[in-house]
Amino acid sequence: MSLPLIVLVILALAAAGFVLGRGRAMASAGGDIRLLHSLPGYYGWNVALAAMIPAFLALVLWLAIQPVVINGQVSSMISQASIDQSSLDLVMSDVRRVAEGLDTAVAAGALTSEQAGSIRTEFTDVRDRLGQVGVALGSDVTSETLHAAQRYRELSGLGDLGRAIVVLGLAVLGAAWAWQRSNKDFRARNSVERVVRWILIAAASIAVLTTVGIALSLIFNTVEFFRLYPAADFFFGLTWSPSFGGGSELGIVPLIWATLYISLIALAVSVPVGLFAAIYLSEYATPAVRAVAKPLLEVLAGIPTIVYGLFALLTVGPLLVDVFGNGGLLGVNWMAGGTAVMTAGLVMGIMLIPFVSSLSDDIINAVPQAMRDGSLGLGATHSETVKQVILPAALPGIVGAILLAASRAIGETMIVVLGAGAAAKLSLNPFEAMTTVTAKIVSQLTGDADFASPEALVAFSLGMTLFVVTLGLNIFALYIVRKYREQYE
Amino acid sequence: MTDTAMSYPAGKEAGQAVRKKTSLLEVDALTRRRNAAESRFKIYGIVAILIGLFFLVALLYAIFSNGLTAFNQTFVSVPVTLEKSAVEQAEASIVKTSRYNAMIDQALVAELGRAGISTDMKPADLRKILSSGAAAQVRSFVLANPGRIGETVTFELLASSRVDGYLKGRVTREALVNDKNLDAAHLDLVDQMADKGVVEKRFNMDFITGSDASDSRPEQAGIGVSMIGSLYMMLVVLFLSLPIGVAASIYLEEFAPKNRFTDLIEVNISNLAAVPSIVFGILGLAAFIQFAHLPQSAPIVGGLVLTLMTLPTIIISTRASLKAVPPSIRDAALGVGASKMQSVFHHVLPLAAPGILTGTIIGLAQALGETAPLLLIGMVGFIASNYPGSLASGFLDPNSAMPAQIYEWAKRADPAFYERAWGGIIVLLLFLMTMNIVAIILRRRFERRW
Repeated sequence: MSLPLIVLVILALAAAGFVLGRGRAMASAGGDIRLLHSLPGYYGWNVALAAMIPAFLALVLWLAIQPVVINGQVSSMISQASIDQSSLDLVMSDVRRVAEGLDTAVAAGALTSEQAGSIRTEFTDVRDRLGQVGVALGSDVTSETLHAAQRYRELSGLGDLGRAIVVLGLAVLGAAWAWQRSNKDFRARNSVERVVRWILIAAASIAVLTTVGIALSLIFNTVEFFRLYPAADFFFGLTWSPSFGGGSELGIVPLIWATLYISLIALAVSVPVGLFAAIYLSEYATPAVRAVAKPLLEVLAGIPTIVYGLFALLTVGPLLVDVFGNGGLLGVNWMAGGTAVMTAGLVMGIMLIPFVSSLSDDIINAVPQAMRDGSLGLGATHSETVKQVILPAALPGIVGAILLAASRAIGETMIVVLGAGAAAKLSLNPFEAMTTVTAKIVSQLTGDADFASPEALVAFSLGMTLFVVTLGLNIFALYIVRKYREQYE
Repeated sequence: MTDTAMSYPAGKEAGQAVRKKTSLLEVDALTRRRNAAESRFKIYGIVAILIGLFFLVALLYAIFSNGLTAFNQTFVSVPVTLEKSAVEQAEASIVKTSRYNAMIDQALVAELGRAGISTDMKPADLRKILSSGAAAQVRSFVLANPGRIGETVTFELLASSRVDGYLKGRVTREALVNDKNLDAAHLDLVDQMADKGVVEKRFNMDFITGSDASDSRPEQAGIGVSMIGSLYMMLVVLFLSLPIGVAASIYLEEFAPKNRFTDLIEVNISNLAAVPSIVFGILGLAAFIQFAHLPQSAPIVGGLVLTLMTLPTIIISTRASLKAVPPSIRDAALGVGASKMQSVFHHVLPLAAPGILTGTIIGLAQALGETAPLLLIGMVGFIASNYPGSLASGFLDPNSAMPAQIYEWAKRADPAFYERAWGGIIVLLLFLMTMNIVAIILRRRFERRW
């Protein structure tokens, strides 16, 4: 039985259960709704939920476990010799492909299912036969692979059958049990509400699961990477030159340097502009100006980062070369190509302006009006009030906002992938192309590299570094902001 | 008016300097300085806002000035005679398009003759004006309309990207010196053809509905297929993140007791909202592709990753709108005998629905523009050339997504693709703008204030 069919049958059972459960409860009350403990619908839902929940849970578990079990069974059939020749993963993917091919052949009627289970490489050209039904195989099928594939098919067939029986059995049993309990005194509403409450808790736990998932996927692969490549060389290495042939130098220092350099430039653009914009908007602007300028600035925050990336690559980069490049307006030859730390930093700064300004705006607005009035009453001008009273009072919050902006800048990907360049370099010249942690995560994982090689695994350690740094910055920033807020509330 | 002013005539000589210092009518040096600082400060603020707005305008200008041309494309209208024998010959040969090319060559030479343009260029050379996909265009027409074999059909063939670029001002004669795809002589011809109306620029629907094309045919590339990929991803995001997000928010806002576990969830949600998007890509790669063996590049994986990414946004906004429903509603429901669960699902949730919907749309818009995680789960690096055949293949077959397609174009060597990338951005921004405007309208129209 195929998966969608099973799901449909479960849903049908649940629907039937709803009607039957509701009917049984009504019947037990003699059709008088006032004698029921709960509304009739709750009896129906009780049965439907009892049919669905155990069945779906079993289905999910089965889907997770079956491939693991079958893989284990089949891979024990592969001889050491063929593992040595390529790798277990490759052989197993061949096996899966042949098994799928046999399935397709059976479905297309080119083979009967007995034939599929009994053909031998000695007598049939399997590759040719499968080619006829449109399954292309990369190489000839060895008898070992074919055996394994046949076993694989056999086991999956068995597994699928077992899955259908167990899951549907559970659905029927659950429904029957709940149906049998449906009578006018049964507290159906309490029972349904308990289940719904657990569903709500499960939904809320997904956030925790996501964090756990992120941590696990980073940690496992990072550990794997450090087994292949010494951690000290990774953290303190000054060269980044991966080569997929082996002998790579994977030092993170140049990447970190470029990341921080770009973030610094981004902050140098966004903090003054964002802060002054926020001060003007909250302290000076008339409501009309505020109503226009604030949403317009926030449009910048709604633009996807790929747009900023393209803007950096195709507009800002060439523009900067025209000014700072060879034969440019300034007559200096600082910039060789459009992609550079300055390009990425500038554009990232633009992206962060609304981020800094709206956060600072909130914080400045949270400073109590009494402090402004006090300062103005003593004869200070408006700007003196801002500089000497409001800003010092808002300082922790503003520092928090800047830290949050820094964490955004460090984790930003598309702008640096497109605007910063691809070569890792330790240089002070902001007009030189450098590359960052996020850009290298992308380039190491989008190539054709084998996931088991250190060159690909390094991306996970880069990701781990990034995750830890941004998480630390965020927690620190939120801590500062929260601590500050408590002062006035 | 004041004492100082009135006493001025009396002590004319003696304390003039001293009294002047304290005059309220004349501004003294310190006040002048302070006032100057005040107006300077104000100007800084105005300048900051103007800088921000300038960047916005520059960005929009760059997008529209570079991207609008992608919606226009140069076409060459050529009447091609589809002779029965030629078509049969072509279909019988192995490289079918080469025979069609010969037919197009013939038609092109004839058309030039009719227009009164003389050239000594060889027909095969002449064909460089056209897209290399022209033969396939003729062939698919023949296959689709076998009844019209034998007639002379006027085809609107795509011009090559260099010709297109020349007419849009992107390609110059100097740039073609070392170009093996086109010569300056071709451009002279194109100028004449444009005069005669053989070559024409017009709106190109294929850019919006078409599929991506290979590196050598930027003129054929369109964003349609990746739009469908984005659509399937958004379906996944909507159908997962809305129920999960709402359920999670209801629990946290209405039911959760104050304990360690709820605190853990709260901290996790606020932290996940700030995790860089690329980290979600790593999660998707490790969990969904390496561990769960879901198909690479499939919209369902993209949708799952984006769901995890959007959940915090949706949860935060949903909680805000649940919080905005006054407690009196809950009390009234409980007072007439509803259970806690009934009061939430029957009364609080419907009242919070407009706010939840608004938050969801904004979350979806954010997910629609997200690129970085999609790169890691492999939604780039290939040519998304086919519309999915069925609903299931729409979710499971490799496809691209709009931002990933834009990135793909930006990475290609031919500058003709840059125009496509900007054009793609216009399409993407139109979607985002529509979604945000719908969200704003929903908020204005339905949100109740208590």
